Amino acid sequence: MTPLRGRARLVGDDVNTDSIISSTRKRDSLDPAVLRQFLFEHVDPAFAASVQPGDILVAGKNFGCGSAMEVAVTTVLGAGIPAVLARGFSRTYYRNAINNGLLPLVCDTGKICEGDILSSDGTGPIRNERSGETLSPEPLPPIMLAILRSGGLVPYMRQNGDFKL
Amino acid sequence: MAGRTISEKILARKSGQDAQAGDLVVCEVDCALGTDGSVPMALDYFKAMGAENMRDSARLVFALDHYVPPTSPQTIELHRVMRDFAKRFGVTLHEAGEGIGHQLIVETGRALPGSLVVGADSHAVTYGALNCFATGIGSSDLAAIMLCGRIWLRVPDSIRIVLTGQLPSGVYAKDVALALAGMLGADGAAYQALEFAGPGVATLALEDRLVLSNLAVEMGAKTGIFPADAETVAYLQGRTRHAIEPVTADPDAHYSRTVEIALDALKPQIALPHLVDQVVALEDAAGTPVQMVYLGTCTGGRLRDFHQALAVLEAGGGVAPGVQLVVTPASREVRDAMAADGTLDAMVGFGATVVEPGCGSCCGTCGVIPGDGVSVISTANRNFKGRMGNAKASIYLASPAACAATATRGAVTDPREVSR
Repeated sequence: MTPLRGRARLVGDDVNTDSIISSTRKRDSLDPAVLRQFLFEHVDPAFAASVQPGDILVAGKNFGCGSAMEVAVTTVLGAGIPAVLARGFSRTYYRNAINNGLLPLVCDTGKICEGDILSSDGTGPIRNERSGETLSPEPLPPIMLAILRSGGLVPYMRQNGDFKL
Repeated sequence: MAGRTISEKILARKSGQDAQAGDLVVCEVDCALGTDGSVPMALDYFKAMGAENMRDSARLVFALDHYVPPTSPQTIELHRVMRDFAKRFGVTLHEAGEGIGHQLIVETGRALPGSLVVGADSHAVTYGALNCFATGIGSSDLAAIMLCGRIWLRVPDSIRIVLTGQLPSGVYAKDVALALAGMLGADGAAYQALEFAGPGVATLALEDRLVLSNLAVEMGAKTGIFPADAETVAYLQGRTRHAIEPVTADPDAHYSRTVEIALDALKPQIALPHLVDQVVALEDAAGTPVQMVYLGTCTGGRLRDFHQALAVLEAGGGVAPGVQLVVTPASREVRDAMAADGTLDAMVGFGATVVEPGCGSCCGTCGVIPGDGVSVISTANRNFKGRMGNAKASIYLASPAACAATATRGAVTDPREVSR
């Protein structure tokens, strides 16, 4: 899995998928390269333009609640964000993230500040380079790791043609 | 062996192995729904998976419900792609205007007790009212089901929701669901199942149970499942030819938590903008000015809902000046029944804008959207900022009767005040 190193971008609790990308936008295009310019548009109109490749979303509880629309994952990936750290995810967002190779890591994000540089080997401990603290994300079950390691559900199904526990 | 919950038993049946909370299992899916909001992406994943054929197209159902009617070349194209695919592979497709996919799954008898039904839309949890394990998935999981007919699932812990007594006049299933959301919080049931139980269940019509199951996802739940009883069997009569095999929980099943709700003690509830768990007693928000009233959706767009709303509108003397009433039946079956019994004419007589059956205004992808600064009261399930297509509007959620009561005065109103 690709190592992570990027700036923490704080987004708070109960972030719903419509706030990540408005469902009205997917009427016009499903292309992440198009949708990325509208990432969090109603929360912070300047957010999309401020994203640097490698940035990491840092959330509180219940990240990705609401609609199961998968553009809420592909748009984040399309913006160059490889991982989301949260105290908890909605289950549909969590599944969609794994299936597309967006790393969803569950850990106590309370002490992370905006702009902190976070680094990790992937699914292992996350080091906060500013504070020196290390966070240990909850381990992922084998099938989710297998899907992530394949690069997402598409390559996983190309290889296996079915789910294997 | 310790007893099993309804969810554990269904997932054991569908995976062919013992299934206990926390286990990962691969299950055969009995039925999977995709909508115009999710299928176009699913088809991209399906092709990218190198798939040429579907394992079993009879298990798939497509519904055109998010873009009804389609109003742009792009959405017309999404519908065309879905129709072409459905025709080529023999997938059942419900045309735009037939209704909301979730309602159609229920009406066509595809959600059967003991079955596993998924939908590429979060409100697929609705079918749990019929004693099936029903949950929402994304487009990629739908593509995998198209390919192999299966899904991996983590067997959820269950929270037992014990209902006692029966609802007093002016209080409805939506109030129960909102009260529960307020109690548990927007992630209070994350990764878990809600399992409804207790003597109060028998007092709820199937349409009421659908409301409770539908709102389960707003508490983060994976499913909201009911036991099956005579009401379930009566609803399915004439809708399925399959034998009905209800699944019951064992008396010694393990629950992570038990929550008791005394239906008799409930008052009308309301969710305030912009989170579903910002729930207060409706009387505490009474008098809040409202300019748009929305009756519809997979939560509150069924015949029973419109009957409850109409009774209050009639008692209150119609819609107050300056209030826009929008009505969107959940399906054509609902609309036809409304037309047959006079409900539709009465709504139109009160000045309602009637929109074709579908998701309508709920998620802002079609239908009537609220203007800047407008407060909406809705029978829907979500009130996130921007949910109805305008981030400058505010959305309140309440029962159909409370929405109608509010329509009669142009301000949040307790339905018990109007129907008296």
